[in-house]
Amino acid sequence: MAELDTSSGGGHKKGGVKKGKKLSTRVDLTPMVDLGFLLITFFIFTTTMSKPKTMEINMPFKDSTQPTPPSKVKESTALTILLSKEHRVYYYEGIGSDAANPPKVEVTTFKTPGGIRQAIIDKKAKVDALVRSGGLTATDKTTVLIKPDDNSTYEDFVNIIDEMSINGIQVYAVVDISPVDKEFIALTEAANASK
Amino acid sequence: MPKIKMPRKSTHIDMTAMCDVAFLLLSFFMLATKFKPDEPVVVVTPSSISQVILPDVNIMMITVDEKGRVFFSIDNKNKRKGLIEDMNTYKDLGLTEAEMNNFALGGSIGIPFNQMKSYLAADGNTRQEYDKTTTGVPTDASVSNPNNELAMWIRSARNNNPKLRICIKADGKAAYPEVHKIIATLAGWKIFKFNLITNLKAIPPGTFAAEPEKTTAAK
Repeated sequence: MAELDTSSGGGHKKGGVKKGKKLSTRVDLTPMVDLGFLLITFFIFTTTMSKPKTMEINMPFKDSTQPTPPSKVKESTALTILLSKEHRVYYYEGIGSDAANPPKVEVTTFKTPGGIRQAIIDKKAKVDALVRSGGLTATDKTTVLIKPDDNSTYEDFVNIIDEMSINGIQVYAVVDISPVDKEFIALTEAANASK
Repeated sequence: MPKIKMPRKSTHIDMTAMCDVAFLLLSFFMLATKFKPDEPVVVVTPSSISQVILPDVNIMMITVDEKGRVFFSIDNKNKRKGLIEDMNTYKDLGLTEAEMNNFALGGSIGIPFNQMKSYLAADGNTRQEYDKTTTGVPTDASVSNPNNELAMWIRSARNNNPKLRICIKADGKAAYPEVHKIIATLAGWKIFKFNLITNLKAIPPGTFAAEPEKTTAAK
């Protein structure tokens, strides 16, 4: 241990026998502890312990100089999800390309149980059943098209992409909303209001 | 008769042990700490189940606050210096050396180019006031639009440092069209892969993500 010899010097001058007053080698550590804890508090408050998490997202390739290739999504594997105001979610099966035969648009929310998650699970089970019965080949996977409307929020967007990973949907795409889809939303809203 | 003296106990406590603990904790926090970056706005990100941890270096951060204002930043001080020098020559901002150093040492930037000089010439407090009222970096869905200043920032930053990983940190309440403009700008530069910063939330039980083995086995 490091101890300071505080009794050296002075004591020996007076006759040699009489020992000098021994000073305690103990140092009062209280201020040092104070300082230590002060610094600890400072570092606790300035630190960011949890690193931010991130989700990777791949957008569909788009090139304005090239014509967009025709969609290869099959009607029977597709589920289209429209995000709208007040965290409402509209969805329908298929891609809604058949104008003469408009799809049945349902409205739901992100609430669980039920909500959009149940719709995705149901659709996935339906596609799986079709694959088993031979209606689709094994390479066909549930495809989700996500179309956020202008009055949806970023939170809805993240939530719906999160639902994809929660439900193990491997094929999904975020695409721009079309006027037809906006009409679907308006029609569904009107139908629900008149009920 | 002498009184019997009670043995007096010292009120002194040995502080050595406590001191040891304090400094042990102190050294832990000093080593584990990473200072919170200087953010001009408070952003509450939505949660997701994604557990990918954001790397520390080569980050381009595009921040969107709840009003839809866009802030831009990259991480490395030297790269920031290079970026503002490029911007200065490209947009003819007429910045001085000191103003460019201010940029290199600062945080996210959310100022249109025409206010850049007065912003960077101001001191720290004035700049914080500026950030409260600023309109953010002007964005547009098309990269060819000369008003799409975010597109220019992104292009110059990537020219400076091609390894940049692009992260969007947006507030949950931000309107989607604002985020869409950023995504469209990225798509205009042929960037289709980027990261969204989210908070971690628990995987809901009984779903595919909670038990992937079981679900695939059941198929």
